[in-house]
Amino acid sequence: MEVCMDGVANHRSVSPVSLTWPADVARVPYRVFLDPAIYAYEQEILFRGPIWNYVALEAELPNPQDFKATFVGDTPIVVTRDKEGALHAFVNRCAHRGALVCREPRGNRPTHVCVYHQWSYDLRGNLIGVPFRKGVNGAPGMPEDFQPAQNSLRQLQVAAYNGLIFVSFDPQVESLAEYLGPDMRACLDRIFNRSVQVLGHARQFISANWKLYAENTRDPYHASLLHLFHTTFGMYRSSQGGGITLDAKGRHSALHSYRKTEAEELTAYKNTDLRTYQDKYTLADPSLLQGRPEFPGLTIQAIFPNLTVQQIQNTLAVRHTIPRGVEQFELVFTFFGYEDDDAEMRAIRRKQANLVGPAGLVSMEDGHATEIVQQAIRRDQDATSIAAMGGREIAGEESLITETGIRGFWRYYRELLGIAGAESVQKENGAWTHENYASR
Amino acid sequence: MDARELRFAVEELLHAYVRCIDSDRLEEWPEFFTDPCVYEVMPRENADQGLPIAVMYCDSRGMLRDRVVAQRRANIYAPHGYRHMLSAIGVTGHEDGVVSARANYVVYRTFLDAVNYGHSELFSVGEYHDTIVFENGVARFREKLVLVDTARILSLLVTPL
Repeated sequence: MEVCMDGVANHRSVSPVSLTWPADVARVPYRVFLDPAIYAYEQEILFRGPIWNYVALEAELPNPQDFKATFVGDTPIVVTRDKEGALHAFVNRCAHRGALVCREPRGNRPTHVCVYHQWSYDLRGNLIGVPFRKGVNGAPGMPEDFQPAQNSLRQLQVAAYNGLIFVSFDPQVESLAEYLGPDMRACLDRIFNRSVQVLGHARQFISANWKLYAENTRDPYHASLLHLFHTTFGMYRSSQGGGITLDAKGRHSALHSYRKTEAEELTAYKNTDLRTYQDKYTLADPSLLQGRPEFPGLTIQAIFPNLTVQQIQNTLAVRHTIPRGVEQFELVFTFFGYEDDDAEMRAIRRKQANLVGPAGLVSMEDGHATEIVQQAIRRDQDATSIAAMGGREIAGEESLITETGIRGFWRYYRELLGIAGAESVQKENGAWTHENYASR
Repeated sequence: MDARELRFAVEELLHAYVRCIDSDRLEEWPEFFTDPCVYEVMPRENADQGLPIAVMYCDSRGMLRDRVVAQRRANIYAPHGYRHMLSAIGVTGHEDGVVSARANYVVYRTFLDAVNYGHSELFSVGEYHDTIVFENGVARFREKLVLVDTARILSLLVTPL
């Protein structure tokens, strides 16, 4: 390919940023949530770098010619399924004058045509039509050396795993299976074990940096402290077990919480004993939690950088984090069930969707938690947070009182952006630049 | 009840409903519904695609009460109040004592927290699709579908629309 495949090293438009980061990866300088230069740098080096970005469920594009418009970082892209059923993705920016080509969020069409001057593209993003290219009424048209094949939309690497579609800007990116790693694949295999069916979407717009949400989904420490629905209604069991699994690089995590015995698990689903656990309040209508045994406990899986897969009781969803500037992000929930769900299971999933999402009884406050951080840190950008619960190590743990997943996220983030810890930063006069970007 | 009386009864119900929420008398909110009932806050995005998931879905007064207790006791959010604006209220059907009605709504949210105290913002725009019955002369919602145009919810939705 032409210019669109150039490497990150050629992007000189982003200014190097000086940033002092303590050697201790459990310390996170607040500046990473506030500095526009860091934001711009991570758009280039991270989102367009050697990683895979979640973009859609295959179930959102079931038919030939289906498309979904979405984002990688803050770059608009389109995912398509061609007539043969293969998936493609391209940057949603006309090669001519830079207009958005695809203006609908989803749909079905054989070609994508820019409305500005009607340059048209096939489902792979190849330029197939330029109006008046040969001129009109003696006027000259495009220059002789203009080659449509050299002016396609910027095409991305696409791969799918069990119905989850990922894209990458980097042609040298490791395979998606390697990127996920065996433990994360096993976790996805559990939930994406057969064909899924999309049941609905929900969107939240949060006034905070996107990385605060990446921390939140890797942080089981806050779960029983911030989310008080279960404890308020006396449903929390102190006997609950749980833990966190990290991939080999610590970039992805999976939180599991489970009840320790089969009897506890069954009781939780039957929900007949709520009153024995009551503190002060009980659910007036416990049907909310009357599900079916399906998966044990709860799973929150965070795939670097922008995907969360959740299973809470019988409610299943993927959450896509989309940065919308330094201090804003959007969270798009796509709820799903299985194609072979019966009517009762569908009704259970519909009712239990009350637990999560923008109005989720159990977890509506996650986004707000990131906002109250953003509101407090502006004037102390060189101060740091402390993510040291459970120690300074980065490894899986049989405990939910840990911030190891957060440390894993930041260690990988620093590696990817070439941000050194304190000692090596001092050697380089405190600056981190493109030149010390050496993640590959 | 003639058409004019019916329209008046529907308008009174809707106005009382939004005054109840806007004056933070949420404990009274479930009383506006029959039991069982359906209260659904549905993004138009899903309705248009025929997808069943709503952001709130309650099918009993008990579930409505649980929402209020959760808001008062369990959920964490920036304290705020709503101000509803209603327009285009209309009766769209009346058969065997079951009334169908529609209204447009706009909700402004005003923050009462330390950082944004007194800041008002446009929070939600949409349409009520209501099914209303009369129980001993009292008009109640048997079904209230809040069809939300503003699918992108700012921060979170805890107070009902």
